[in-house]
Amino acid sequence: MAFLELRGVHKSFGDVEVLRGIDLDVEEHQVVCLIGPSGCGKSTLLRCVNALEPIQSGEIRLGGERVSGRGVDVDALRQDVGLVFQSYNLFPHMTVTENVMLAPRKVLGLGAAEARARAHELLARIGLYEKRDEYPDRLSGGQQQRVAIVRALAMQPRLLLLDEVTSALDPELVSEVLSLVEQLAAEGMTMLLATHEMGFARDVASKICFLWQGRIEEEGPPAAIFSDPQRERTRSFLRSIIEAGRL
Amino acid sequence: MTSPLLDAAPPGARPRRAVRPFRASVVPAAAGLVAAVAVTVALWAALRRFDGTLGITGTGLAVTRVGELAIALAALAVPAYAIGAVAATRRARRHLAAGDVPAARIAMEDVRARLWVVAGLGVMAAIVAFLAWFLSANDGRVRDVLFDWSKMWVGPSALARGFWLNVRLFLAAQAIVLVWALFVAIVRQLPGRSFGPARTLAIAYTDVFRGIPSIIVIYLVVLGFALAEVPPFASWDPDTQRFWLAVLALVLVYGAYVAEVYRAGLDSVHPSQTAAARSLGLSQWQTLRHVVVPQAVRRVLPPLLNDFVALQKDTALVSVVGLLDILNVANLQKNKYFDLSPVTGAALFFLVITIPFTRLVDHLIHRDQQRTRAG
Ligand SMILES: Nc1ncnc2c1ncn2[C@@H]1O[C@H](COP(=O)(O)OP(=O)(O)OP(=O)(O)O)[C@@H](O)[C@H]1O
Ligand SMILES: [Mg+2]
Repeated sequence: MAFLELRGVHKSFGDVEVLRGIDLDVEEHQVVCLIGPSGCGKSTLLRCVNALEPIQSGEIRLGGERVSGRGVDVDALRQDVGLVFQSYNLFPHMTVTENVMLAPRKVLGLGAAEARARAHELLARIGLYEKRDEYPDRLSGGQQQRVAIVRALAMQPRLLLLDEVTSALDPELVSEVLSLVEQLAAEGMTMLLATHEMGFARDVASKICFLWQGRIEEEGPPAAIFSDPQRERTRSFLRSIIEAGRL
Repeated sequence: MTSPLLDAAPPGARPRRAVRPFRASVVPAAAGLVAAVAVTVALWAALRRFDGTLGITGTGLAVTRVGELAIALAALAVPAYAIGAVAATRRARRHLAAGDVPAARIAMEDVRARLWVVAGLGVMAAIVAFLAWFLSANDGRVRDVLFDWSKMWVGPSALARGFWLNVRLFLAAQAIVLVWALFVAIVRQLPGRSFGPARTLAIAYTDVFRGIPSIIVIYLVVLGFALAEVPPFASWDPDTQRFWLAVLALVLVYGAYVAEVYRAGLDSVHPSQTAAARSLGLSQWQTLRHVVVPQAVRRVLPPLLNDFVALQKDTALVSVVGLLDILNVANLQKNKYFDLSPVTGAALFFLVITIPFTRLVDHLIHRDQQRTRAG
């Protein structure tokens, strides 16, 4: 039994069926990358795992426990599952430290001093200790995104979901965020991430899932997907990526 | 490679040329100078007439004359700036004659800047001239009826005591409105079908109380509740009863306005902020409390301030139901002296509170923006 299991997950917005029967396993300490064309449902899938979106049918299990459907304590689930957004979504009225402290204080019940000390320690680890009292708007995109990752890490999640964490960034800022994610992978963090950075996916992923029109069209280790894709749709998607110069 | 987008543009480099030919015209500066001289002369004439209707002697007269003289001299700034504009125009024309167009442009920028100052100060001077003329109209009657210092300060302590009631009214009403309106606004935006009845209630409340003139609400609540001996108010002593009924009336009216202001603020916080907070495990209530409401309130501070200044002023409406607030006190004195100056005094009391309050909140908003916005 895998750490995170999705079985037959269906998700619709009104009449539009966005996820059409997703089966997916993520083992502990694995990094699973979701790739696929824009609009194929990557973000929606991640939001469903975090229970930000309810699913219509199917089941999601985390550590063997059902975490989808009615009667689930979503706040407890979210303590175990962190989510980092494409657009950072830092809280603009709080300093960097306050952003990182908020959830540990209010959700885990940590004291102010302890939460602050932990926030500072995490910020120091990503080299942003100097910026601890700045407001998010004064930080570069890459810095904001790294703070957003640290904000999720401060809850000590067992699973981290990353939704195209670099696609809002200028090219020269991408690597600072990616190397943070690589570092987390090396430390054994279990991650499920959507990305358009194919080179990064190839280097860091334990498994690649190619999503197409709400289904997982093909999955496998990066070597297999990138050098020997079995399905025609995977091939044409990768071809278009190569033409765009992103692999 | 051909590009359908770029090929649509006309071929070849277009020569760069000025849209309008540059000329250093003397017309603006000359017109400015004429207007400046005219307004200054008008102001002096009005001041002279004002001085002629002064019915006072001694220190009062001396102080007033010093003031008049200061205004008359300050008015000279208007023609002074206009003369500067004329001089700058002449400089620009010299540069232009010498073929130095950039220097001429710089000089003309100076002309424009000076003329804007002339316009601003000139309008100011015109207003002062009008006031001086108005106050001395009808042989000084206007001044005597509305602005008689001596009568304005007859019993300033009585006015102050009346004003203290207004202050207590708006402090109490303001504190309650701040919380009550937020509550209404939050109820109004609760999602889902089960909150339907609660939402309807909140909408009905805001629609009804924004739709009735405040003075009618005050009549109905203060007089009506007192007549009907509504508990618990009826068991209190009459002054306490009327005070809290007035607070209630003001809260009902302003709660509806302020709830709408809060609602606009809550709507303006992007859903991704809520998603981020919820994804960290914060409950719906914690998300509101720590993420949505603080951002919403910051954004609506200016209109919020607007409503609170309006509330401060509307405390004077309670005089219609007989509370001894500042307007009622001033009214009694007006009847005693057949003179409106005490009412002018009451107006000044309000300004003393509302203007610093406004400036303070503006300052706080500015400081918050300085801190949180990109440099
Ligand atoms: N809240 C919503 N309401 C209605 N439709 C939605 C909503 N959110 C997403 N969709 C639709 O669901 C589909 C999948 O969207 P999703 O954001 O998951 O795609 P994606 O794979 O993340 O794309 P991208 O790579 O561009 O981020 C899209 O067609 C989108 O229009
Ligand atoms: Mg997406």
